[in-house]
Amino acid sequence: MKARRSMLFVPGDNPAMLSTAFVYKPDSVMFDLEDAVSPREKDSARLLVFHALSLAAYKDIERVVRINRLDSEYGLKDLAVAVKGRAHVVRLPKTDSAEDIRELEAHITRLEKEYGRPTGETKLIAAIESASGVVNALTIATASPRMIAIALAGFDYLVDMQTRRSSGSEPELFYARAAVLHSARAARIDAFDVAYGDVNDDEGFLREVQIAKQLGFNGKSLVHPRQVELLHRAYAPTQTELERAKRVIAAAEAAHRNGLGVVSLDGKMIDPPVIHEAELVLSRGQVA
Amino acid sequence: MKIVKEAIAGTLESSDLLVKVAPSSARTLDVTIRSEVIKQFGKQIRRVVTETLNKLEVSEGTVVIEDKGALDYAVQARVQAAVLRGANSEELNWEQLS
Repeated sequence: MKARRSMLFVPGDNPAMLSTAFVYKPDSVMFDLEDAVSPREKDSARLLVFHALSLAAYKDIERVVRINRLDSEYGLKDLAVAVKGRAHVVRLPKTDSAEDIRELEAHITRLEKEYGRPTGETKLIAAIESASGVVNALTIATASPRMIAIALAGFDYLVDMQTRRSSGSEPELFYARAAVLHSARAARIDAFDVAYGDVNDDEGFLREVQIAKQLGFNGKSLVHPRQVELLHRAYAPTQTELERAKRVIAAAEAAHRNGLGVVSLDGKMIDPPVIHEAELVLSRGQVA
Repeated sequence: MKIVKEAIAGTLESSDLLVKVAPSSARTLDVTIRSEVIKQFGKQIRRVVTETLNKLEVSEGTVVIEDKGALDYAVQARVQAAVLRGANSEELNWEQLS
C-alpha cells in the first residue's frame, strides 16, 4: 500500500523549489499550476512543470499536478501537460460534484490515447473546497476508478461556509473533516486533511496533525518543506505501539495455526479489527 | 518558429534565469549568455539553449539570457516560454518541446 502522509505543494513557476523539493522526501510532490501561479505566468509554469516531471530526482516520488479547473481557460492546457509529462496523479481543485470528475476523466482518457499512455494509468485526486463538495463527497469519491484520494481544502471551504479558521479544536472544520473522511473510507480511497498555512507555527501545525491522525486521515497537504519531517515524525508509531502490534500479529498467527477463531492477548480479545489496526501500525512503522 | 515581437520569460531569482527574445533586423540569430557560473557551466548552458532553439526552429532573432544557476530543465522551459511568447504562439508542439 502506497504511503500518502505528506503531499507537498510546489509552486509551478518556482524553479528553486521545483529543483529541490525531492530533498525533503515527501510521499507525494504536487506541482501546482493553479493558485500558486499568476495568470500571466501560467504558460511558462506549464513548461517548467512539464520538464520537472521528468527529472530523475523525482523518479521514486509520486508526482501530482494540480491543474486549474476545466471551466477556466487554463484547465485543459494544464491537463495536457500533466498527461503528456506522465504525472502519476492529477489533482482537481474545487470539485463540487461527481460530474466534475467524469468530465475530467473523459478528457484524460482521450489524452492518454493521444500520448500513448495506457488507459487508466493517470490517477485522480479531488480537492473538496465548498459546501457542495462536502455534501457530494461520497459521489465524488466513487465517480471514477481512477480516484485514489480526496483532499479537504480549508480556505475556500470556510469562505463558502461564511466563517474562518480558529485555533485549537477547529469546530468549523468538524463536519467537513468527518464527511470527507467517511466518504473516502466508504470508497476505499485515501483522505488528505487541510493544509496548515502558518509555516512558522510548528506547535499549531502539530496540533492539527494530531487531530488529522486521530480522526484517521492518511495525511495532510503541506505548503512548506519543513512540515514534511514534522508530519512524518508525528505519524510514525512509537516503539511501544510497534511492539504491541508485532505481538498482536504473532498471537493472531499462532491462533490461526492452532485453528482457533479468537485469541486473547494481555486479557484483551484479538479480533479482525484489532489485527487490521496492528497491520496499519506496522505499515506506518515501515515507511517511517 | 519566427520571433515577431519582444518577449521575456523567467526571473532573476536564484536557480532561475531571465530570457529576453526580440526579432532581428539583421536576419541572424544572436545568443548572449550571462551567468554567475559561466566558467563552470557556460558550455553546458549554451548547448541546452542552442538545442532548444534548434528544436523550435528559431533561425533569426536576438536571445539574451541572464542565468542565476538554473538547471538544464529550467533553461529549456524558460527559453521555450520566451520564444512561444515572442512568436505569439499558444500551441504546444510536443515534438519541439520534449
